[in-house]
Amino acid sequence: MAEQVSVFIDNKPGRLNAITAVLRDHRIDIRAMTIADHRDYGVAKLLVNDPRVAQRVLAEQGFAAALQPVLAVAIEDRPGGLHELLEILARRQINVLDAYGFVVVPGQRAIWCMEVADPVEAARLVAAAGLRVLGEGELYRL
Amino acid sequence: MNVPVWNPAVEFMERDALERLQLANLRKTVEQALKTPFYQRRLAEVGLTRPEDIASLRDLRNIPYTTKDDLREAYPHGLLAVDLEQVVRLHTSSGTTGMPTVIYHTRRDIDGWTELVARCIVATGATARDVFQNMTSYGLFTGGLGLHYGAERVGMLVIPASSGNTSRQIQLMRNFQTTVVHATPSYLLHLHAALVDEGVAPEQLPLRKAFIGAEPHSEQTRRKIEKLFGIEAYNSYGLSEMNGPGVAFECVYKTGLHLWEDAYLLEVIDPETLRPRAEEETGEIVLTTLQRQATPLLRYRTRDLSSLVGGNCPCGRSHRRLARIKGRSDDMLIINGVNVFPSQIEDVLMKVPEVGTNYLIQVEKRGSLDRLAVKTEIYAKLFTGDPRTLDDLRERIGELLRSAILVKPVVELHEPGSLPVSEGKAKRVIDLRPAF
Repeated sequence: MAEQVSVFIDNKPGRLNAITAVLRDHRIDIRAMTIADHRDYGVAKLLVNDPRVAQRVLAEQGFAAALQPVLAVAIEDRPGGLHELLEILARRQINVLDAYGFVVVPGQRAIWCMEVADPVEAARLVAAAGLRVLGEGELYRL
Repeated sequence: MNVPVWNPAVEFMERDALERLQLANLRKTVEQALKTPFYQRRLAEVGLTRPEDIASLRDLRNIPYTTKDDLREAYPHGLLAVDLEQVVRLHTSSGTTGMPTVIYHTRRDIDGWTELVARCIVATGATARDVFQNMTSYGLFTGGLGLHYGAERVGMLVIPASSGNTSRQIQLMRNFQTTVVHATPSYLLHLHAALVDEGVAPEQLPLRKAFIGAEPHSEQTRRKIEKLFGIEAYNSYGLSEMNGPGVAFECVYKTGLHLWEDAYLLEVIDPETLRPRAEEETGEIVLTTLQRQATPLLRYRTRDLSSLVGGNCPCGRSHRRLARIKGRSDDMLIINGVNVFPSQIEDVLMKVPEVGTNYLIQVEKRGSLDRLAVKTEIYAKLFTGDPRTLDDLRERIGELLRSAILVKPVVELHEPGSLPVSEGKAKRVIDLRPAF
């Protein structure tokens, strides 16, 4: 299962770039990133080319950083592309806890990354419905 | 001015008669104290085994001080001087390090306390014709019940509104034409803002007096309250160890708080050297109960800083006056009238495995009310990446703190290593409230 790096940071200026500075110094490439605001703190979620190394170097720099399984699904970059995936999830009663997407080839291919309660089972159901779940290697090499 | 008075025989008693009464009551108090395991030991250490060993009020100085720590160590029964059968009520406070303290009351103790509060109320010019809305907490906190009983004894119509729920307070004030209230000064300022918000002109309410206490405040704050509401505000002093409210109160002249010296023996000491302070010099207030049966306390160090006001009050009362409380000789915080020790907060945080050992307590004013923020660091190794578990953690710490300190703080989670470290003399309390 693919993984993302979650990092706990104070909700104040100068903390996000502290993360990106560490990743730059270790030549980690960021594919996608989201931040959630939780009043006094925030949680940054990063999809990177080497999540294990990213987690380790962030932790070494004193960050509370954790790896979380993430379900990455390839969808078509056209109107209705995301909807087809979400219809499948809805019919199978899969609840999306958090998600983000990004375009890989404009007009052709996009990736949808999501957190779900049971990613292994969700991956099986999505694949059975004919969509492609990206493995670790493929996702990190994008 | 016609001086209103509840108990003229005691309140205007000549000093020498008052001191004779104090000596007789001090002996009785020592007699009571010698019935408790705590004082049997403590007084034997200084050779005091019989009440007759007290020959004059000066002998008080041979008695060791009693501290809040002593009360905690004696909890729950070490300072009880009567059979439990005689006890009709107790009040506990949460104490410093999670260990509570308790004060027991016999029927006569409650009666004596009520009498003192009645004196305070009448000294301000309030009467049985007043409608009294008591806006302080009922329950283990002594402010609510203390004023309640005293006001009933005076014959006022008492509305036991308790604290909070401002819109209902306003409704009660309007429906029952409240003329006297009891609240913390910060709550009255908050109430004023709420009245204005609801389109009620405070000066058009029949309110005429307020008793303000439970938190130190400046003369400026009192004047502000008086001006905003168009009322007279009287400073109240008390502490749970000395019953609660009713220890000292301002009379209509507002020249300091008359301390009822037939009920409490007053000393003002230097908190460092423990030597007595001269009149008008600021020091720590030390009080000895003179009328209590169930929990007599000898030379109790209140940690409140004040001074004696010199000269006589125009009201003619012989009981000396305290200046308004200037602060504390320990690190206790007063948050919206509730006493909080930083160590209580630390105790709670140390029991939560998901947070580290560093923390910071920040107090500030939000509008008229105090806001207590408790900042703590998450423990990096227990971070799962899921922010929902952190929100739950924040909520859980808030609940644990609320049940420990009786104040709901704003809990903040911070990055590991971002707060002052736990070793050494880290400054863990930041009080941003304006000094008074």
